[in-house]
Amino acid sequence: MKTLILGTAALALTAGLAWADTVRMGTEGAYPPYNFINDKGEIDGFERELGDELCKRAELTCEWVKNDWDSIIPNLVSGNYDTIIAGMSITAERDEVIDFTQDYFPPTASAYVGASADANWEGGVVAAQTATIQAGHIAESGATLVEFATPEETVAAVRNGEADAVFADRDYLAPLVEASGGALVFVGPDVPLGGGVGMGLRESDTELKEKFDAAITSMKADGTLNALLIKWFGEGTQTY
Amino acid sequence: MSCWQTIQDYGLRSLGIGERLLPRSDFTLCEHFVLIGSGMIWNVYFGIMALVTGFFLATALAVARMSPRAALRKPAEWFIFLFRGSPLFIQFFFAYFLFLNLKSVHPFFDPFTAAWLGALIVLFFNTAAYSGEIFYGALRSIPKGDVEAADAYGMSGWPRFRRIIWPTMLRLAWPAYTNEAIFLFHATTLVFFSGFPAWQQKGDALYYASYFADKTFNPFIPYPILAFYFILFTLAIIGVFGLVNSRLNRHLPKEQRRRLRLRPNLIR
Amino acid sequence: MFSFCEDPSTLETARWFACYLTNGVHLQFYQSFLKVLLLLAITAPVALAFGFLGAMAARSRLLPLSLLGKSYIAVVRGVPDIAFFLFFVIALDQAFEYVRHRVLCPDWTDPIRQGSDFIVCAQAKLPLGTAPQWVHETYAFVIAVITFSIVFGAFAANVLYGGMRAVPRAQLETAEAYGMSPRQTFWRVLVPQMWVFALPGLSNLWMVLIKATPLLFLLGIQDIVYWARELGGTKTPNFTAYPHGDWRMWYFLALLIFYLAMTKVSETLLERLMKRLTHGQATTGGEAQRRAAA
Repeated sequence: MKTLILGTAALALTAGLAWADTVRMGTEGAYPPYNFINDKGEIDGFERELGDELCKRAELTCEWVKNDWDSIIPNLVSGNYDTIIAGMSITAERDEVIDFTQDYFPPTASAYVGASADANWEGGVVAAQTATIQAGHIAESGATLVEFATPEETVAAVRNGEADAVFADRDYLAPLVEASGGALVFVGPDVPLGGGVGMGLRESDTELKEKFDAAITSMKADGTLNALLIKWFGEGTQTY
Repeated sequence: MSCWQTIQDYGLRSLGIGERLLPRSDFTLCEHFVLIGSGMIWNVYFGIMALVTGFFLATALAVARMSPRAALRKPAEWFIFLFRGSPLFIQFFFAYFLFLNLKSVHPFFDPFTAAWLGALIVLFFNTAAYSGEIFYGALRSIPKGDVEAADAYGMSGWPRFRRIIWPTMLRLAWPAYTNEAIFLFHATTLVFFSGFPAWQQKGDALYYASYFADKTFNPFIPYPILAFYFILFTLAIIGVFGLVNSRLNRHLPKEQRRRLRLRPNLIR
Repeated sequence: MFSFCEDPSTLETARWFACYLTNGVHLQFYQSFLKVLLLLAITAPVALAFGFLGAMAARSRLLPLSLLGKSYIAVVRGVPDIAFFLFFVIALDQAFEYVRHRVLCPDWTDPIRQGSDFIVCAQAKLPLGTAPQWVHETYAFVIAVITFSIVFGAFAANVLYGGMRAVPRAQLETAEAYGMSPRQTFWRVLVPQMWVFALPGLSNLWMVLIKATPLLFLLGIQDIVYWARELGGTKTPNFTAYPHGDWRMWYFLALLIFYLAMTKVSETLLERLMKRLTHGQATTGGEAQRRAAA
């Protein structure tokens, strides 16, 4: 009897390993060009393309899951999906709770955008999204921080004059500045925040982490990652 | 750092008094309690101010809804329908949008985009609509005898309303009105969550709770603390409203007093 | 959708909108309306059942049961629903998986909590790791229904509790005088009569429930508010064939109309229901109906 139970348990274990090949990729779907919802209603963007390629190289079946940004880490550690691939900067705080692969996007710069070139980004009112590293940075600077729930609202605050400038990821702001036809301009210096963007995984998932790390290394080596970066972020972007 | 020190630094942080920067690492339970508690100041402020101001508008709305004159009745009906029929979420969005546009018209509207005034106005309208409906229901069920007795005493107009109709209306509406007060108090958490921006990290209890949840990635500590505060304050509301209720019904014999209290929620 | 939608930038306004409003994201937006309606349709009876159980427990003569019922009502009613939604869903999900883990994998030796990780065996996962996406979505939806039902069940319990106590004592005493047992009195006299007292409170609760649906996005469900924000936000030409400015106002206006319509329809239906329930009841309303008929 005992052996029978052990036998089924062992069977279940091997079955479990076989199942684990479907990897659920958690993303936000609201942060172009990293990830966003395209006109068809599918997840699209730099990370979609990157993630699919990584899964192919690691020989995994991947599935995409949308999750709200605020609860993206709690849901990962609680096992509702297996990776976070959502433009998440590698920070020391996050690293205590989850693991990161090596970065697949070089350390990013954050930038200020104002309504005119003389916007007061140093001592004026600066908008940022609630609970982002950018908000933390402004709270420590000399400017008055005003926090909005979504990135959309932070930019809107500059357009309607509530804030002198908005402080966010440069890559998020760049397409908006470009499309605004001069209504929005970059002001002040770029500020390097965070340590590059990586894929987040549970700390106990070392095997999966190694697979993705190896896949990222191979993409860096053969130049496909650089090609993707240029495709989504333009010629001027940093590459490996 | 002792907890007393934390209280001094962060006890009034939600008002901008004390330490300028929020704690950023090694979060203690004490910091959780103090900062979230500090944020409760805003929830209490919004709750009490909206309830007190809303009470008067609600009475006016209820009376207007009873009016035989369509010019009074229709606007009151529409007002109540609009604010009871849409989520607070959407009301905040439109109010903020409207105030922003008004601001560009005249500097008088400058403070309206700040939560302390703008959100208060929305909550004020919202609770006035809900309470107005409750009061209207109560007005409709005022015993005919009460009004006839007032007539017999030669009362009419304002004195009759002030001394007979209004107190009876309150008595009938009170249990449902208590519920409304609780709902409103809970709704104050939406102000910074989706409605208005938080300036210099001065926010309400939910704002600080989600700050901690975001920094520690552990929702199981800050949100239950928030829940704890709210249960405490909800019990306080029930207590205070209970006292008012017994004062409203102090003329009744004890037996009947209890029976009135046993019918919560009948109108709301 | 339409054949002429190949290159939207060349279209004139009417056709542009015809294409824009029928693209994939918009179809998902329309679906989310159905999702909200479905959630309401399922949650309402489930919450009512929770409420009924809660009220019965609170009325119970067994002290522990009555305390349980009363504290359920008091605690859940005391917490703002947002605060509840923000941590309860994960807790509920972990609780389910924990139980399944205990039952399905008794030989598992690794700790379930490793640091901040919550790890159960693969068979205990809910839904299973191999399950297709729609199972995951359905599961999230079920969890949302349960969460909503627990919250609104507490309010419903409070209303039903009040309704049960509002049934005139004379009615119950008469039943006892006829020799009915407490159980018979409860089911045959109290329950049929309490609805008329509870309905105003319940219909109000229904209205509150309708307006709580925007919180669905906290539960990981892409509801109408999520899509309205997503679709209304500024779209730059790099990432879409339909670039536009900040259109959130128009989307929120559509939601406003949806909610107002829902309210209006509900009010009308509930009014009718109230009329029917009042029929033959020992209340002023029932009396008025009787007189009008006579």
